Amino acid sequence: MESHGTRANYIVGFVLAVVLTAIPFALVATQSLSRTQTVLVIAAAAVLQILVHLRFFLHMSFSRSPRENLLAVAFTAVLIFLMVGGSIWVMLDLHMRMAL
Amino acid sequence: MFGKLTIEALPLYSAIAAGGALVTVGGAALVVLIITWLRAWKYLWTEWLTSVDHKRIGVMYIVLALIMLLRGFVDAIMMRTQQAMALNSGGYLPPEHFDQIFSSHGTIMIFFMAMPFMTGLVNLAMPLQIGTRDVAFPFLNSLSLWLSAAGAGLVMVSLVIGKFSTAGWTGYPPYSGIEYNPGVGVDYWIWALLISGVGSTLSGINFVVTILKRRAPGMSLMRMTPFTWTALVTSVLMIFAFPALTVACGLLALDRLLGMHFFTNDHGGNMMNFVNLFWIWGHPEVYILILPAFGVFSEVVSTFARKRLFGYESLVYATAAIGLLSFTVWLHHFFTMGSSATVNAFFGIMTMVIAVPTGVKVFNWLLTMFRGRITFHPSMLFTIGFIVTFVIGGMTGVLLAMPPADFLLHNTTFLVAHFHNMIIPGVLFGYLAGYMYWFPKAFGFKINEPWGVRAFWFWIVGFYLAFMPLYVLGFMGMPRRMEQYNDPAWAPWLMAAAAGAFLILIGIACLAMQVVATFRDRRRDADVTGDPYDGRTLEWATASPPPAYNFAILPQIRDREPLLDMKERGVAWQKPARYEDIEMPKSSAAGVVMGAFAFVLGFAMVWHIWWLVGASALVMWLTMILRSSDDDQEYRLSAAEVARIEEARYRALGSRA
Amino acid sequence: MSTRPGTVAAHGGGGSEAAEIHDQRALGFWLYLMSDAIIFALLFMTYGIMVGNTDGGPTGKDLFSLSNAAYETALLLVSSMTFGFASLAARDGNRGAVLGWLAITFVLGAGFVFLEVREFVGMIGAGAGPDRSGFLSAFFTLVGTHGVHVSTGLIWILIMSGQIMVKGLTLPVTSRLFRLGLFWHFLDIAWVGIFSVVYLPGLM
Repeated sequence: MESHGTRANYIVGFVLAVVLTAIPFALVATQSLSRTQTVLVIAAAAVLQILVHLRFFLHMSFSRSPRENLLAVAFTAVLIFLMVGGSIWVMLDLHMRMAL
Repeated sequence: MFGKLTIEALPLYSAIAAGGALVTVGGAALVVLIITWLRAWKYLWTEWLTSVDHKRIGVMYIVLALIMLLRGFVDAIMMRTQQAMALNSGGYLPPEHFDQIFSSHGTIMIFFMAMPFMTGLVNLAMPLQIGTRDVAFPFLNSLSLWLSAAGAGLVMVSLVIGKFSTAGWTGYPPYSGIEYNPGVGVDYWIWALLISGVGSTLSGINFVVTILKRRAPGMSLMRMTPFTWTALVTSVLMIFAFPALTVACGLLALDRLLGMHFFTNDHGGNMMNFVNLFWIWGHPEVYILILPAFGVFSEVVSTFARKRLFGYESLVYATAAIGLLSFTVWLHHFFTMGSSATVNAFFGIMTMVIAVPTGVKVFNWLLTMFRGRITFHPSMLFTIGFIVTFVIGGMTGVLLAMPPADFLLHNTTFLVAHFHNMIIPGVLFGYLAGYMYWFPKAFGFKINEPWGVRAFWFWIVGFYLAFMPLYVLGFMGMPRRMEQYNDPAWAPWLMAAAAGAFLILIGIACLAMQVVATFRDRRRDADVTGDPYDGRTLEWATASPPPAYNFAILPQIRDREPLLDMKERGVAWQKPARYEDIEMPKSSAAGVVMGAFAFVLGFAMVWHIWWLVGASALVMWLTMILRSSDDDQEYRLSAAEVARIEEARYRALGSRA
Repeated sequence: MSTRPGTVAAHGGGGSEAAEIHDQRALGFWLYLMSDAIIFALLFMTYGIMVGNTDGGPTGKDLFSLSNAAYETALLLVSSMTFGFASLAARDGNRGAVLGWLAITFVLGAGFVFLEVREFVGMIGAGAGPDRSGFLSAFFTLVGTHGVHVSTGLIWILIMSGQIMVKGLTLPVTSRLFRLGLFWHFLDIAWVGIFSVVYLPGLM
């Protein structure tokens, strides 16, 4: 059974989430980096923020969460990688060939 | 008021369509009359329709599957007769009608025959095999059943009101889009799939939680039966694959209803994404169906060869490997889309790789039979027939896995022969074997064997006669789904295939006779032991039919074959010192009510009757809210009552001994 | 599964059987969320391959507003924290505080839905509705699916508030509240995906 964490927990999570949201929004607002760099920062901030949410709001942890839940998340991540990665690969490949 | 629904929707356009509608309505009326005549409505309602008992839900799923098998088979034999007749002539079916028939045949056989059959068998056997009193969410189980039935009902209703889809069971756009298919057929298809798909996802969640959280004490994962393992992997696939079908059908519905452009030709649509999404679900679906059948074969082989299953661990790992690999091969269903060689080669190789764990299992079964003392129960016959036939289908599959070969054979009857070669022996034979194997457990009397043996021989000979010619025709270049043709060389092969379909018809008649003979001889063939085959696994330790609570005292598991282990230690069927009160889930009408309104919702969506959409959605919401706010969902069966039920069983056991 | 401090069993009353039921339901709901995550992932994928299919119509740069997306993000993020406070109050058995935090969460969530509906209505009014192009179909469906989830969450918050008022913080009620919490936090994660995949790249 998952625990509810503490008030400090939620606040730390909230602050981290705000920072990880503010950075990409600020970059897009100011256009201060190149396109590629901005995309990379957005992606990195999103991944980090999702981890922050999982850790501080959904209280996932390797030591305390039920094994089934961790396995389910890991399996979902693998499948999302296969389905989304595979589809984008297949569809971009098709797109290139259609453009030939 | 009635949306697009007018009197024109009745199938008066052809005698055959009107006949089909009459048979459907007549059949339903006959069932209603018989139930009324037997005054069985109250019994049916309180004991079955509102039941949340996994065993009864399992039986109802299988009844649904057998009815839909009949309907799907009628479609099949109509297609075979049409093609046998249609050399240089129109045959007896107009193209529009023929197209509806091949679409409904595939849709019904996959979604409303195979899926309910599989879910029914898992419901019936899995909780008994892991030693629990019910699934984790008994009410959700009932809801899943009625959502499946609602979907099946929509397909059946399309026979009478309006038309069914002509876009095939895969419903590819842009043909299935609103521009080329303005009628209601595709909508029937979409809503039947969406509604039953929700039911399947819920079933998957239910089974996974049941298997992970409710096993009897001592039953580690590696002590679970092979059937339970396959049920676990299949359920995981159901949870993760069905969302893709939901998205594919949902987006197609948005295209059709709101004029969006996901899959249209113009305005930036991308029709290949439908095919992509459909098969992200579709390939795992093949394994969703076939893995539990593999589980049944493993149980049957072990029981009737009287040997421990050979290579249990390898079978478990092979099952898990198939579960993951099944998500990496979907593109082989559309090699001809025009991908580059790299993409096609990757998916071709993955497809060949996935054949390996499947091959492992064939050796598991063969080596279990090797030097065993085999009893030729009909279940065992279906298993042996499966092994031989399935290997042929597997080899044609590996052939099709090579993109260059696929380019020649795709869309021909070779493909039709291949997947029927996998699904009839692999899936249907497995489910029929399971149905005959667990029948005594569900009803307390043995199933008639002679009629089962006859059914087997007609099915297998009919299968070879019906589908081997299609391989040949595929090599001759005959496309699938042809309503008529003008190549005289095809005709003899198509006539042979039609003859095969008629042999299968006799096989189905034998299955019907088996039911009649079984119920006729139910007293003679009664099984008071609950263990008719000298079984090895836990489901045979309890009575047949099992009491509502399955096990008065949850058994302690010490071995992979718990009942055999108990028998060897001389502790099987020992009377416990005392009984305890048991909490059981109450029956609930909420499942059947929500299912009924899901059907109404689907019907209203098909015909654009918006007020009815709103009303039925509201009823479903309110039922759900009321149900989920109800904290009094269980009743207590007293220890004395349990003792009374158990004592009666021990007396019956004693009187026999 | 052993019980730990802060679990339902620690609310007082209820034995291990109640804890087991809560465990099973929590896992079942978790699996449902994973299934839902796949739906979102596939909608993201669809958006990804259709984002360029504007059919000569408006692009994200013409339509999206960075400030609107920022307000929506802020509302949802704060609501995730206030829901967390509601969970903490439920653990402490403080009924008034639970209802208070749930009410605040509801207002924040409703604000989010309002902003989204206003954005949608504005776009449709400007001739950039979901039937304009493949890109816009994918945009409305992805973002709209999330919005429908949030709206469902709002209705669920109302139902749970009603149950808490009528029944108090009983074991089944706190167990349901826990699952609503999983749902609400999950929606925030989906939103992180939406602003990172849809709005920010669209406005670059």
